[in-house]
Amino acid sequence: MASAIKKNEGFGAAQLILALSIGILVVVVAVPVLLIFLNAFWADGKFNVQDVLRVLSEPDTYQALMNSLIIAVGTTIGSTVVGTFFAWLVTRTDLPYKRFMKGMFLVPFMLPSFIGALAWKMLLSPRAGYINRFFMDTFGFEEPLFNIYSFTGIILVEIMYLFPFVFIQVCGALERMDPTLEESARISGAGLFTITRKITIPLVMPSILSGALLIMLYSMAHFGTVAVLGIENGIFNIPTLIYERIHQSAGSFASIRTGTVLASVLVFSAALILWLQNKILGKGRYQIIAGKSFRPMELKLRGLRYPLLAFCLAYIGFTIVLPTVVIFLVGGLTTYGLPFTAEHLSLNNYKFILFDYQVTRDAIVNSVTLGLAAALITMSAGVMISYVIVKMRVRGKGILEFLGMLPFSVPGSVIALGVILAWSGKLGINLYNTVWIILVAYIARYMAFSIKANSAALEQVHDSLVEAARACGASMGQALRDIVLPLVRPGMFAAFFLIFLPALRELTVSIMLYSPTTRTIGVAIYTLNEDGETVMSAALAGIALILIVSGQLFINRLTRKKAGR
Amino acid sequence: MATIELDHISKRYEGREVLSDLSLTIEHGECFTLLGPSGCGKTVLMRLIAGFDVPEQGTIRIGDTVVVDAEKRIALSPDTRDLGVVFQEYAVWPHMTVFDNVAYPLKLAKTPQAKLEKRVLETIALVNMTGLERRLPSELSGGQQQRVALARALVANPSLMLLDEPLSNLDANLREEMRFEIKEMQRKLDITVLYVTHDQEIALALSDRIAVMDKKGRILQVGTPFDIFEKPASLAVFTFMGVANFMAVRQENGEFYVGTGTQPVPWEKPQGTAKNWVAGFRPSDVVISRKEQGLRGVVKRANFLGAMMDYLVEVDGTEFRTGVETHLAVEAGLMFAEGEQCSLQFASLHWFDAAEMVEEA
Repeated sequence: MASAIKKNEGFGAAQLILALSIGILVVVVAVPVLLIFLNAFWADGKFNVQDVLRVLSEPDTYQALMNSLIIAVGTTIGSTVVGTFFAWLVTRTDLPYKRFMKGMFLVPFMLPSFIGALAWKMLLSPRAGYINRFFMDTFGFEEPLFNIYSFTGIILVEIMYLFPFVFIQVCGALERMDPTLEESARISGAGLFTITRKITIPLVMPSILSGALLIMLYSMAHFGTVAVLGIENGIFNIPTLIYERIHQSAGSFASIRTGTVLASVLVFSAALILWLQNKILGKGRYQIIAGKSFRPMELKLRGLRYPLLAFCLAYIGFTIVLPTVVIFLVGGLTTYGLPFTAEHLSLNNYKFILFDYQVTRDAIVNSVTLGLAAALITMSAGVMISYVIVKMRVRGKGILEFLGMLPFSVPGSVIALGVILAWSGKLGINLYNTVWIILVAYIARYMAFSIKANSAALEQVHDSLVEAARACGASMGQALRDIVLPLVRPGMFAAFFLIFLPALRELTVSIMLYSPTTRTIGVAIYTLNEDGETVMSAALAGIALILIVSGQLFINRLTRKKAGR
Repeated sequence: MATIELDHISKRYEGREVLSDLSLTIEHGECFTLLGPSGCGKTVLMRLIAGFDVPEQGTIRIGDTVVVDAEKRIALSPDTRDLGVVFQEYAVWPHMTVFDNVAYPLKLAKTPQAKLEKRVLETIALVNMTGLERRLPSELSGGQQQRVALARALVANPSLMLLDEPLSNLDANLREEMRFEIKEMQRKLDITVLYVTHDQEIALALSDRIAVMDKKGRILQVGTPFDIFEKPASLAVFTFMGVANFMAVRQENGEFYVGTGTQPVPWEKPQGTAKNWVAGFRPSDVVISRKEQGLRGVVKRANFLGAMMDYLVEVDGTEFRTGVETHLAVEAGLMFAEGEQCSLQFASLHWFDAAEMVEEA
């Protein structure tokens, strides 16, 4: 296909773009991951599986693996039940205020879970938690009501922040499902219960499973909640153990080996989960679920209508409003532990961290700059890489397609470790302890988002649009400038914010790479909390929440405007 | 002048040979149609002429310019070939207004603003879109978008227009209207038009000449619409050009009999020595009557279709369909009931070797 035409126009350019794209992905993603595998599997000068097994069977590592599994399974089951139930409630029943409810159930998507964990710690830590103290002081409870520093506590908090993954998938499937499938079952005499069991659930099962697998993947590699709630009680999962080892031992050989072996386990589990998800989604889901929107039949809740509404409101109040309010209130206290009365509350902490406190001011500046830079670089690189993958017909594209998939299956803590291995001088460049190493890691971490968003945008640009321009007398460059670029700009914009907002609140990667002068907002919140500066930590978390929510509202407005046009 | 000469073209696509050693000449000023079933390589051929793809072998000449010579590794890029292209999916740029879409080729050619505006408005008027210049494509119907695509292809006065199934996304009425408009425009502007379609009706209505292609990318016959329809060169062309009836005929001692019976064939005999023959004809070629002329048959099934009476007729073990206009049938007493005897004559008939038929199947 390519040979002759490329000889005459842009043979060099096409190959150059391909090489550049491959180069970026190799340097940013492939080399770090490869170094992890190399460190894990290459011991004593040879390929060594036995040693890997030895590391995995050490009590600490083994325990961390089991903990990750326990937490992931618990979180997945809980989130799937909660997410599916609420999805069914807002799409298939006559629950009042469904649209509002649907919006509220998506809010946890934008709240950083480690801030949530922080809030729950303030509410339910065994001795100091406000709720526990309230019950002990007022009702004379001998024991705390609930200990959040436990598997149950960790799993419950993760469920609160992860269930939207299932919720949104199942909502989508239920909304797009052709109602005639259910109607014909009804005509055949099936009752609503039978229809739900025999028709509806089997049809949305792929969506439920795919959402559940996403949660599994996310939870296994999740750092924040376990770091905030687990370490106190000695509960480590894979990412927190990697952090602990690298952090404590300042890069000794043994700790790096443990880290890389654990990281490899994460990568393999992630690859397995993604493969499973692909298989489930590939099974012809779209044949039964059409792309159009239908009006599905609604179940009349009758007497349960208002009790269920109350339940939903209580759930939202308990999981979203309560923790958020606590963060802001604690952020206003003079000392942690005082009651929330007017005399103890002020805006002084907020003023202090915004204007006077060097650590937090630096952190905000760092996060914003890093976020902007990472978003800009990753977006631009993503456009180019997606363009090669989606549009160009050059030999060697297969390599790029494979490399482009790689970032999807590499969790944050793995990226951080890989970046340490690659950029701390072993390969000739030492970025350790500088802000640049965090930037490189962010780029690697968010490349997947960028490729996804830009590929989706580019796939909307049909080849014939470019060919029409060529036939009109446009050179390839002119066609790109006049036709492709204006059409993918919304996708690029989306990619930018898909990177900028998460980068603003990033913790997993930054915590492993920060130095005293390169703290990010996430790191600052976490370390302030660790150091017992709970009120400062809460105040900064409050500021972060304001930044994130207003950013999100800004995007929502932009996208709504576009859709309304 | 835009005569297109394709010389020994071969093209592989994803490991499959789509076109092999194909040669074809399209004369200046003619409306030429590539007609064939989907997947026959007709679109690929058009893309080779446009320059979106490059053949592995052969040369393509447009006018006096060699645009492709595979051996010498010459392949002019599409923007240098002076063409207008209209795509099946319109390919109207969604972020530009009607005016901007049509003006784009002139902008690239750096046409002065006043001249550009005049020409664009002229072309928009030519496709009956005046008044809609400021609209975005999303505010237009499919037919209107197709007109924009047409105007955009015409605006720079190309000597050659390539149209790839431009009407297949339109509804039936609009399709009929547009095909006459395209034909008229081609005559008025005196340009060469290459039209690609799988629809025989459009091809017959539109073309000066047609090339019929088969699934393997071979050209079966090139000729005027009349030639292709009335004098098909092969069974494949005959079946492709419309509903076909077949009647088995066998040769015994130099005499030809229909089906398994003893009625001799009353018309011009086939030329050849084969034992088994097939007579091909269209439902409209059959004349059914009560006179005792031609072949004797039995009406097996009679269907009233409104304007037409549709009959399934059996002649000595071979069955075929024919139709009579209802009012004619009433006037001439040709309302047959099922089981009635009838006579059959044929206005036109094509002989095919039965062996060829098996091969085609």
